[in-house]
Amino acid sequence: MSPSARDARLLRWLAFAAGLASAVLILIVLFLMQESWPVIARYGLVHFVSARGWHPTEGTFNLVPMLAASAATSALAIALATPLGVAAAIFSRFYAAGIVGRLLHWVIVLLAGIPSVVLGLWGLTVIVPLILKVAPPGTSLLAGSLILALMILPTIALTTEAALASLPSAYGIGAAALGLSREAIIINIAIPATKASIFAGVMLASARALGETMAVLMVSGNVVQLPKSLFDPVRTLTANIALEMAYATGDHRASLFVSGLALTAVVLALAAVARRSGGQVVHA
Amino acid sequence: MHSLAVYRSAHRIALRDRTLQLLVLAAVVVITSTFGWLLLDIVWHGANRIGWEFLTAAPRSAGRNGGIAPILLATVLILTVALAVSAPLGLATAILLSEFSRPGGRAGYWIGLSLDILAGVPSIVFGLFGNAFFCVWLGLGFSILSGGLTLACMVLPILIRTAESGLRTVPNDWRLGAAALGISKASALVNVLIPAAAPALVAGLMLGIGRAMAETAALIFTSGYVDRMPASLLDSGRAISVHIYDLTMNVAGGDRSAYASALVLIALLILINGAASWLAERTLKRRITAS
Amino acid sequence: MTITGESEGLVEAVDGKAYTVGPLLSGPPCCRPETQIRVDGLSLGYGGKPALKDVSLDIYRGCITALIGPSGCGKTSLLSCLNRLTDLIPGCRVEGRIMLDGADIHSSGVDVQALRQRVGMIFQKPNPFPLSIRRNLEMPLKEHGITGRSELAARVERSLVDVGLWDEVKDRLDGAALSLSGGQQQRLCMARALVLEPEILLMDEPCSALDPLSSAVVEDLIETLRGRYTVVIVTHNLGQARRIANYAAFFWVNDRAGTLIEFDQCRRLFEQPRHQLTAAYVRGLRG
Repeated sequence: MSPSARDARLLRWLAFAAGLASAVLILIVLFLMQESWPVIARYGLVHFVSARGWHPTEGTFNLVPMLAASAATSALAIALATPLGVAAAIFSRFYAAGIVGRLLHWVIVLLAGIPSVVLGLWGLTVIVPLILKVAPPGTSLLAGSLILALMILPTIALTTEAALASLPSAYGIGAAALGLSREAIIINIAIPATKASIFAGVMLASARALGETMAVLMVSGNVVQLPKSLFDPVRTLTANIALEMAYATGDHRASLFVSGLALTAVVLALAAVARRSGGQVVHA
Repeated sequence: MHSLAVYRSAHRIALRDRTLQLLVLAAVVVITSTFGWLLLDIVWHGANRIGWEFLTAAPRSAGRNGGIAPILLATVLILTVALAVSAPLGLATAILLSEFSRPGGRAGYWIGLSLDILAGVPSIVFGLFGNAFFCVWLGLGFSILSGGLTLACMVLPILIRTAESGLRTVPNDWRLGAAALGISKASALVNVLIPAAAPALVAGLMLGIGRAMAETAALIFTSGYVDRMPASLLDSGRAISVHIYDLTMNVAGGDRSAYASALVLIALLILINGAASWLAERTLKRRITAS
Repeated sequence: MTITGESEGLVEAVDGKAYTVGPLLSGPPCCRPETQIRVDGLSLGYGGKPALKDVSLDIYRGCITALIGPSGCGKTSLLSCLNRLTDLIPGCRVEGRIMLDGADIHSSGVDVQALRQRVGMIFQKPNPFPLSIRRNLEMPLKEHGITGRSELAARVERSLVDVGLWDEVKDRLDGAALSLSGGQQQRLCMARALVLEPEILLMDEPCSALDPLSSAVVEDLIETLRGRYTVVIVTHNLGQARRIANYAAFFWVNDRAGTLIEFDQCRRLFEQPRHQLTAAYVRGLRG
């Protein structure tokens, strides 16, 4: 076979593979839609936010408590993780010389690598009993948020770190030449200059928090209710899917696919916002 | 008067600086101590159960006693299926993106976009999809095959993106040199470009393995719970992360085994990640010496 | 077009034509002025920006032709057209014709890989593959269908002897090509081009990335290729062009696109340039 014919054949194979790889996304969307269609067609989309509660056996599928739980745990986790993550990045960029900064970096990379199921295990055996001492039952919105915060902290820290590292060092020198203190440089120059990237990191982290299943499932108590306090047990959208898929059939199963579809839409919207503000997925 | 105002504002700035320092330091202490606590807790509770027997015996009384041998085997099998499918597919797509698609071209843009979207899909949604498509629609049931294929879809974007960037770091001189010798792209890839990018490709593969091994949500409804020794790929098999989940949530008194399994899982992940970064660093060094 | 009267060249230059073609007397003894490549009205652009405009010249069989001129005047672009390496550059458009032994190499039916076997290329920066020395030479051969072990070995040895590398590397043919010195790497790249037994060798500043000593070795090597191969060499080193080339083409940038100003026997181009730009350039006043 001549070299050009070989290349033409190679290209056909590669195009086939790439087509298959891109088809995965299309298949996922198609199957989510197909599986959720029966229940959407029967009840309409409004049903999922207006029905009288989540009673699958009676055919009422109100997702609002789960949506609220997901939003609340994620928002709280972001509120906790953002200052910590940004502080960690500032520390390794501006304060820690050499080995200490590298060490913190490795701690954060390792933290990013801890499987969520292990964080859930630790949360359930360590954090939940501590919360239980304050207010029973321990498994709660607060526990879920704490574990989630630990999970998404690396995302925020690493994106901020990358953004700070990409600042031209002339900034620092110029500012130092003006007699500004290190703290003034951080507050007045470094943070404003990296605002967009930090925001993108927070958006990516929110997407991860909303999509996370195991860690929240294991520590949040999984009671379907609108949370009234931090110590109330809640069930997130993801936990609901994981808990009920095992035995769900018919409309019940379809409504779980509806929640999966809703979850995907929200998460992808957040990722799109992150991409717009210049964030990049850090495969750490 | 004037000097007093200057003194006051200088004082305020010093106070602000001091506060910021303290806050940053406090945050770092919180992060590292929490991490240390987490790690020590797992090692402390997990280590005393780990031994040769734990790794080689079957679980007894729902995993409270005995070992994790079938679970390790099922994990390896699921990973093998996932990689056997995703690695060739991923490499081929990466080659198409880095070697054949024009920068800014339309096909490359759409494929890249679909991969970035896929990378953002939550893992539980992969689980839903895997259940609907592989288990039900293709009739594979709760099986190692279903779980592996689901994970293959999940790690595909990571594999493709890392392989693509690995291939892009190969100096263009070699592409031009090969073309000028009338060598087909296929041979240039096989003989020069892929070997040159190999460490980066393997590093990406390791990253994918790490992600797949840590995954739980996508497996519960695809590969299932059964903790028997799997006899074929169509048997249900319990991955190690699912095992940890089940011991924690569904087995009273399963904590000790859960901790031991978590320690095994983390040790494996650290091993894999260490290998990945070592390989990635080596690529970088080789590139420097080559130029 | 190729052979014009002695006086006409000058008139064309004064008329402000894009280029002049000088009278081509017979070349040095080894070199019969027989056209092998005819470039006819060649224009080239990258993404709509012209890089080379309306270039016509002949390249003679067995001779060394030097392309000289300031940076960015399209010399390397012209070189890449001759083996269609321009195909690999996104957004690159080529107009006009390049006839190799009477056949247009840019027509659609041409087997590009076979063309590149006939027209070898040496790059500015030595680019041996990250393989062993032997594999660097065997891989292109196998690609073009030569697989017999004894023939492979014979061809490898012959090409290494040709570039004077055989004695230096014969004991470590399976060693890494990248462990060779820069000059050795460049000679290996020449051997790699020669091993395919091409007719034409394109060289893009082959000595500019080398130290003076290695550069001299490679230059001597190019000299020895005269007669056996047609060599087209881009060089910024005017002394080198003068020492080794039979013919020289001088390019200049007009309206941001490279144009051919003067093409002549090398000696004449340097000693009796007919265009004032050429005269200034070879005297080192401009560019």
